[in-house]
Amino acid sequence: MIFFKNWRLLLFAAPALALYGGFFLLPAVQGLRYATTDWDGYSPAFTDVGLSNLTDVVSDDDLFRNALTNNLKFLLVVVLGQTALALLLAVLLAARSRASTALRALFFLPTVLSSVSVAFIWKFVYDPNFGLANSLLGAAGLDRFQSAYLGDEATAILWVAVAQIWFHAGQMMVIYIAGINQIPEELYDAAKTDGAGRWQQFRHVTWPMVAPATALVIAYTSLQSFKAFDLILGLAGNPPRSSLDVLSTRIYTTFTNSQLGYAAAESVIFMVAIAAVTLLQNRAARMVHG
Amino acid sequence: MRRAVLALYALLIAVPLVVIVGGSFKTTPELFASPFGPPSNPTLDNYVTVLTKQDMLRVLGNSLTVVAVSVPVTLLLGSLVAFAVARLPRWPSRILFAIFAIGLAVPAQAVMIPQYVQFDRLGLRDSLTGLILVNIVVTLPIAVFILAGFMRTLPAELYEAAELDGAGPWACYRRIAVPVSYPSLAATAIFLIVMHWNDLLYPLLFIDDPDKRTLPLALLDFQGEYLTEYPLLFTGVVVASLPMVLAYAFLQRHFVAGITAGAVKG
Repeated sequence: MIFFKNWRLLLFAAPALALYGGFFLLPAVQGLRYATTDWDGYSPAFTDVGLSNLTDVVSDDDLFRNALTNNLKFLLVVVLGQTALALLLAVLLAARSRASTALRALFFLPTVLSSVSVAFIWKFVYDPNFGLANSLLGAAGLDRFQSAYLGDEATAILWVAVAQIWFHAGQMMVIYIAGINQIPEELYDAAKTDGAGRWQQFRHVTWPMVAPATALVIAYTSLQSFKAFDLILGLAGNPPRSSLDVLSTRIYTTFTNSQLGYAAAESVIFMVAIAAVTLLQNRAARMVHG
Repeated sequence: MRRAVLALYALLIAVPLVVIVGGSFKTTPELFASPFGPPSNPTLDNYVTVLTKQDMLRVLGNSLTVVAVSVPVTLLLGSLVAFAVARLPRWPSRILFAIFAIGLAVPAQAVMIPQYVQFDRLGLRDSLTGLILVNIVVTLPIAVFILAGFMRTLPAELYEAAELDGAGPWACYRRIAVPVSYPSLAATAIFLIVMHWNDLLYPLLFIDDPDKRTLPLALLDFQGEYLTEYPLLFTGVVVASLPMVLAYAFLQRHFVAGITAGAVKG
């Protein structure tokens, strides 16, 4: 009974396949079924509503649209801000020295904290009355820059983005440092003999050579921005107010409001949004790199 | 210029952390009056409140239990799959790998709702067993990704001598693949520990019984209870983070390798 060489190895994968298939893939498929019902999550009976949940989510749901807009703003700020910061720190710390090793360790430190811990730290930074940000601005005589931060409807989600960048920039910095350290020293030597300054070396050697790292950092940061559930709940409370609502918290809130079928439909659109962003990035990466 | 930028960012990271740790030894009025200064009259009251009133020792125990079971099981199952991926012929290997790759593209927030229904029906919902199980299935794809990435690079010759001696796949896995993959296993373990220790999503969704809460969930409950009593929130942060920060201090290189491997592959 030999199908192919080493077929017995499939038995090695069997336990993992059984658990992962049964408790991840199977519910994922069931989710599609729930998305077409009006089930509240506990009643014995429910009605099939076809695709109306999905069309409602897409075309007729201000709460969902608000969460999507917030999520995209958050994603954009985090991707741009975090990638630029991570690259800057990596360039400054790529050379090995005692100080640079210590600073790398410090910058990476927030990554090992839990999102809820990071949320509490930033809750205090942003506290309008007693918080660190406003006290520092006050002490520096910059009172006019003081803000309500998370309490300010228009900018609240951007302040969460700042906390997210503080949380994960160090992690992305490490990926960039690995990328920079793989660049052959000769390229810099050649650039220097051509009279390239530090900015030109960065522009013509470092930046093109770290393109794979940039693609990786952007892809990972985007996915992470969609998952910022814990940080938002920690900063905003549960359920978050509308200025801080993102897709994952919207799904969770819908679900806790006993609209399980509708929440499942939101999850489907959530998946589609992630797939669309990933696809766009792949397109963009291909256009940039030919 | 370089120094100024680095010093500024170092302050941005360090100052909030110092304020949090210092604040956990202060009273609320003192924290508001002088957030940056060292505690003038250090008090352990916050720690007493957090550890006794909040039952934090039990919560810590729950978190430890979850991590102590889910991480080794995920590593074992994930490394078995990775070994199969590395050793199977081309097409079966690709298909097996693709099945797990699906899990990388699907975030937990997209499957959590049907999972809730399923675990509830099976009576696994409000329990540490259910939490452990869901941790395992959600992180298996990442573990497979990191470990298969490593095991695929091992040359087939590595196993040839053993196979000539009549060693089967199990012996090859146990005596060759696992020992050789030690650095990759360690990195994966750390990635999983940080992820399972810090997860809020599933405890929030699954756990109702206060006695079964894990650290992030207990910490989130603080928010409602203490609202703006920051010193108590800070104490919670210190208690929840200390184990990870200490481990990071001693195993720094492994942490960076592990969490970055997770980012690269996950």
